Amino acid sequence: MHPFTFNRASSTDQAVKWGAAPNVRFIAGGTTLTDLMKLGVEHPTQVVDINRLPLAEVERTPEGGLKVGALVRNSDLAWHLAVKQGYPVLSEALLAGASGQLRNMATTGGNLLQRTRCMYFRDNLSPCNKREPGTGCAAIGGANRTLAIFGTSEHCIATNPSDMNVALVALGAQVHIQGNHGSRVVPVGEFFLLPGSTPQVETVLQPGELITHVALPPPLEGAKSGYLKLRDRASYEFALASAAVVLQIDGGRVRQARVALGGVGTLPWRSPAAEQALVGAPASAATWRAAAEAAVRGAKAQSENGFKIELAKRCVAQQLATVAARV
Amino acid sequence: MAKQKLQFSPDNPPLLPLSRRSVLQALGISSTAAVLGSGLAQAAGSAAAAPGDAAEPGAQILNMTVNGEPHSLKIDPRTTLLDALRERLQLTGTKKGCDHGQCGACTVQVNGRRVNSCLSLALMHEGDAISTIEGLGTPEQLHPMQAAFVEHDAYQCGYCTSGQIMSAVALANEPYGTSDSDIKEAMSGNICRCGAYSHILKAIKQARG
Ligand SMILES: Cc1cc2nc3c(=O)[nH]c(=O)nc-3n(C[C@H](O)[C@H](O)[C@H](O)COP(=O)(O)OP(=O)(O)OC[C@H]3O[C@@H](n4cnc5c(N)ncnc54)[C@H](O)[C@@H]3O)c2cc1C
Ligand code: FES
Ligand code: FES
Repeated sequence: MHPFTFNRASSTDQAVKWGAAPNVRFIAGGTTLTDLMKLGVEHPTQVVDINRLPLAEVERTPEGGLKVGALVRNSDLAWHLAVKQGYPVLSEALLAGASGQLRNMATTGGNLLQRTRCMYFRDNLSPCNKREPGTGCAAIGGANRTLAIFGTSEHCIATNPSDMNVALVALGAQVHIQGNHGSRVVPVGEFFLLPGSTPQVETVLQPGELITHVALPPPLEGAKSGYLKLRDRASYEFALASAAVVLQIDGGRVRQARVALGGVGTLPWRSPAAEQALVGAPASAATWRAAAEAAVRGAKAQSENGFKIELAKRCVAQQLATVAARV
Repeated sequence: MAKQKLQFSPDNPPLLPLSRRSVLQALGISSTAAVLGSGLAQAAGSAAAAPGDAAEPGAQILNMTVNGEPHSLKIDPRTTLLDALRERLQLTGTKKGCDHGQCGACTVQVNGRRVNSCLSLALMHEGDAISTIEGLGTPEQLHPMQAAFVEHDAYQCGYCTSGQIMSAVALANEPYGTSDSDIKEAMSGNICRCGAYSHILKAIKQARG
């Protein structure tokens, strides 16, 4: 690990002030940052500990939604009654991620910003445009079985590995950000950036900006939701494909639908095409199949991950049926 | 895996009172990294830097309680909680398996919650109360979870065991169900390369009652 100085921020103002210096990283749970610092992928000269900031609360918003502090641990959020009742898809996505120990450490803000698990990104000796712009992408034509089929570019095909993010995209969450020049709110659907020719830039967050909380809109009236994750082992493994589904069904027809896919996109991948195929259609197996077909239209296979197109399709169809059958 | 000891017979005493640990420390390598080899060479590098000799520039004071005892350490910011426990406090019951959050061997409790101590920087724990396997029971009076592991033979090599037990004990504070599949899911963060899983499950079920 490269040497760094370590400071504890006692207020958000202090954190963003310190964050404005060059080569600073905030540390929350540390489960991404410490890992990548050991690998030499991250080498900040200053680490600012934000764990003492008053951002660990889950609160109701006046509109009936939830305001989730950036330091709320993934386990606390997953087990929170308001989340289990109003946003099952988020609770299930969180509990499908990592392990009990890691969820006790991992935070809402840190999870939003976790980095790809692409092995070339994590290996300092491999070419990787995300880690070192301009060096090329070893994953294209390389070991890409776990990598993306949506949103790739000729410069990067790395997957966004988060489960939580997929649920947040399906729920239409908003990311609240504080910087040295004030605060702003970004819909989570606009928070992540496609790799394009700059895969090193993953989100709209500017250096030094602090995520203070994530806001969830009020739950859709009468809607049901859920998360299905498919992977190489039953637990403690990243998704090969996953689906976050929110369905509002009335009189045997789908009134509103939200579908997002995980493990398959360079960012948490919302599927407007699947949603269009659902809205107004009868709640039936044929509809779930049609929506799943629509969800994978335009997917692009790499040398080793073509199986993900079929896997993602089945994942979406299965989860739509499961959620629709929930009471 | 890291159990072998340097053997000295009574008529072939060591010239110096050397343990395997001090030999490895003198060589600047951590015991696990020495076994795991080149893939984790960087982890070995960080472990070598981590013990944080008190004179090192940039070292900071850390106050934390470990198994009820207050400690004040001058520590290099790169030191993980795991390395602070093992290398500075000589509490080597907590094991280093992967050093990357992927195995659970390093599981300890921070303020009653189980965490992977390998991914936490020690300095993040100012004022925290840490519990390790050393604080759980004594050889004369085992914690019920330790006794259940012994009774059910819930290990082979034992390398994962302290992490399994610290994790299993912390489950008492987490809202997991009691079915076999609930416990397996709750314990998935603790890998056992010897595959003692079915015995571990029995032990946990017995201790949880
Ligand atoms: C073995 C292993 C398995 C895993 N499996 C899964 C899985 O199956 N599914 C899954 O979704 N995840 C998985 N994870 C990833 C885990 O969920 C993330 O590492 C975690 O959510 C990151 O949160 P953190 O608080 O620990 O982040 P940190 O490591 O503290 O921070 C991550 C990044 O975010 C920045 N940051 C943190 N908080 C803020 C803030 N408030 N404002 C601005 N910047 C901030 C940091 O500077 C850093 O760059 C796994 C991790 C490991 C190690
Ligand atoms: S040593 Fe910490 S999880 Fe493996
Ligand atoms: S790893 Fe050997 S007993 Fe679990």
